[in-house]
Amino acid sequence: VLNRRCVEAAVMTGLALNCSINKKSLFDRKHYFYADLPAGYQITQQRVPIAVNGSLSYSLCIDNKMSQMVTKTVRIKQIQLEQDSGKSLHDDTRSQTLVDLNRAGVGLMEVVMEPDMCCGEEAAAAVRELQLILQTLGSSQAVMAEGQLRVDANVSVHHPGEPYGVRTEVKNINSIRFLAKAIDYEIQRQIEELENGGTILNETRAFDSKLGCTVPMRDKEGKQDYRFMPEPNLPPLILYDAKSLPANMNHQQVINIDWIHERLPDLPSVKRKKLVEQYGILPEHSFTLLNEDGLAEFFESVVKQTQMKPKKVIGWILKDLLSYLKQHSLTVKESPVSSFVLADLLNLLEKKEISSTAAKQVLAELWKGEGKTPLEIVKEQKLELLQDQKELEQICQAVIDGHENEVIMMVLG
Amino acid sequence: QKVSVEVLEHLEHLALVDFRDAEGVQRLQKAIQFADQLHEVNTDGVEPMDSVLEDRWCLYLREDDVTEGNCTKELLENAREKVEEYFVAPPGNIPLPKLEERETFLQGS
Repeated sequence: VLNRRCVEAAVMTGLALNCSINKKSLFDRKHYFYADLPAGYQITQQRVPIAVNGSLSYSLCIDNKMSQMVTKTVRIKQIQLEQDSGKSLHDDTRSQTLVDLNRAGVGLMEVVMEPDMCCGEEAAAAVRELQLILQTLGSSQAVMAEGQLRVDANVSVHHPGEPYGVRTEVKNINSIRFLAKAIDYEIQRQIEELENGGTILNETRAFDSKLGCTVPMRDKEGKQDYRFMPEPNLPPLILYDAKSLPANMNHQQVINIDWIHERLPDLPSVKRKKLVEQYGILPEHSFTLLNEDGLAEFFESVVKQTQMKPKKVIGWILKDLLSYLKQHSLTVKESPVSSFVLADLLNLLEKKEISSTAAKQVLAELWKGEGKTPLEIVKEQKLELLQDQKELEQICQAVIDGHENEVIMMVLG
Repeated sequence: QKVSVEVLEHLEHLALVDFRDAEGVQRLQKAIQFADQLHEVNTDGVEPMDSVLEDRWCLYLREDDVTEGNCTKELLENAREKVEEYFVAPPGNIPLPKLEERETFLQGS
């Protein structure tokens, strides 16, 4: 039986990816034999999936410079609902496979993209954006390492102007970094194979992260014949919108596409735009803010608690805070310096009670997380800026008096 | 129209059925002939039917209420071999023996 939450998640994701939602979609059986598929078939949507014809926009840095970003789009062919299989663990030493069926039958969303991307970097950026969208919608936590988001890459090469070459499917990719590596390796492998007069087989290959290469996969040779047939136990999935809402149906059985559309949260691209407009930060700053879990919220929290302008605060967030967190492999949530404490420090700087250099010194001390306030550290290390004009004059005069020769040199130019 | 040996072998491989003897293959041919009668009906412009109940057959959408589970022990009793809580399977699909090695009617064809 299909659970409601799956359908809602698929509709939300379809809408977020600018798809047309099919008000009537159908379920089919895909037959094949494998130890992790006890029924011998998987229920999927081969004829009419739940959503079609969407797009995903993502951004790339040109030449690794964050300041030059370009926006690209990949078309979404479709989104379909299907069942998960069990999980296989291959034990090559004992020549056996261990099968865990706990996730068998659980609902999945498969997002199929058109071949609009040309390298590992583009695919990685697109998948990263998809990950952020899914997390924002709540459709999935999308953590690749946990198998919550799985990516199979289809790769082919061809000379410009010629038709697409034979494609291979690369599986077993466990992170966005490996996705880029696997794709770039496969592109190179195919080019070398063809330049040496060979041919590309339409096969499934696995990415070996240790060796950084792709290898043919067992049991996936040759074209599979899945003998698709309509799933006899599941009638068509009917979705409604404001116009077609049925009068006498149980609420719990009705899914209203328009209702869901109205309640979609701000997608990452919208959030970035708002950050730029509201705080006057640069687009590339907004990307970094959204790329780290909790960083945007931290930034906004600091801005609220300080008089320092957001354009200045962002530097402290992206340079000082973020680099420290990265160095110590900490998440924003694990930061020993809270937004309150950082705002406190920035206020001292803004009121010119300390210099910028002193502020960095205080921050270095704050990272220790010993619970001291910025003001306490300033007093401890005597970092206060002198405000008294007379005192300053005395000190300057003393310096000049003590360095008569240098002063003469300077005055003479 | 006879079904070719290639198709029969393909079907045996896909569905793990064994046509065994001439009678088995005959039965298959008769079944196909019977089903082919469907082609006699003109279905131009007619949408395929999902069910005789038509629009009244609604897909039931279930809430995520946990109503059963926690039966690991009973489920694992089905396993011929197990390791901790995993079912043990061979490393991959065991390929069907080649045509020559099988005792099947198709050998003679």
